Amino acid sequence: MAGVSQPELRHVGLNLTDEPREVREQVESDVFGFWVFLMSDAVMFACLFAVYATVRHATAGGPTAAQEFKFHSAFWETALLLTSSFAYGMVSISMKHTRGRLWIAVFMVLTFCLGAGFLKMETHDFITMFHDGATPERSGFFSCVFVLVGMHGFHVFSGMMWMIVMGLQLAIYGPDQRTKINLIRLGLFWHFLDVIWVVIFTVVYLQGLIR
Amino acid sequence: MKISPSLRADFLTYLTGYGLAIVLTGISFAFVFYRLLAPEAVFAVILFLALIQIIVHLRCFLHISLKQSSRSDLQLILFSALIIALMVCGTLIVVLDQKARMM
Repeated sequence: MAGVSQPELRHVGLNLTDEPREVREQVESDVFGFWVFLMSDAVMFACLFAVYATVRHATAGGPTAAQEFKFHSAFWETALLLTSSFAYGMVSISMKHTRGRLWIAVFMVLTFCLGAGFLKMETHDFITMFHDGATPERSGFFSCVFVLVGMHGFHVFSGMMWMIVMGLQLAIYGPDQRTKINLIRLGLFWHFLDVIWVVIFTVVYLQGLIR
Repeated sequence: MKISPSLRADFLTYLTGYGLAIVLTGISFAFVFYRLLAPEAVFAVILFLALIQIIVHLRCFLHISLKQSSRSDLQLILFSALIIALMVCGTLIVVLDQKARMM
């Protein structure tokens, strides 16, 4: 894109219109680099979804999807994760439109709590499934469910650890440019996890519950 | 926080995304919960709704648009989508065909 168009950063969060051109280009390429990582992650999830689709009926006489998946908990997990994504949107807006760190911190704590609520419900689901004998070693189907949904849960957990780290960076350095770029990356990661969850609740939970 | 026009526009983008996502999710769950159609048709509908919701997320939360500025991101996403479609469809065709032959 050299020379043709001015790099104008559309990502909400960093107001770089006053910065020199080199800074804006650097930010744009940093964010693009993170997109490359996200897409490699998406390819990994796609492989897991493909495996899931092939073992969907491989329950080996054990518990089935319709018996083990709970409609209401899938719904409320979705609501929690979606709301946490919106809350992180408010972090990005605070970063762009307010000075200081107060609102960024407020909305990031909110995002963290909603993410923690999601993980708590998911863990509770997993424990219930274990009590019913739906363990990963019971059948190919449940091996795949636990790897696929567990991998997403692990990503959410990583995102929450990242939020703690960003909280520390914010407390120590304040919202300077480096912190802001990191917050943009964290935002992309968090919204991306919501996109993966859309596919999980559709292909895993809802498809398993269709009768 | 004082309300400037660009703050309002940014907030509306996120609010629109959140509202659309809630509505699409609600429709998906309603189709399964109330068994509005035959099972195969319900699955087709919720897959379609998921696809729309992914586009809503990309547009409103991840700020991917058709404008010049985010074109390299868009190209990356479209290329990845192609790779994903090839891998997922390829896996399903091969494995399901194997399964059919073994029956």
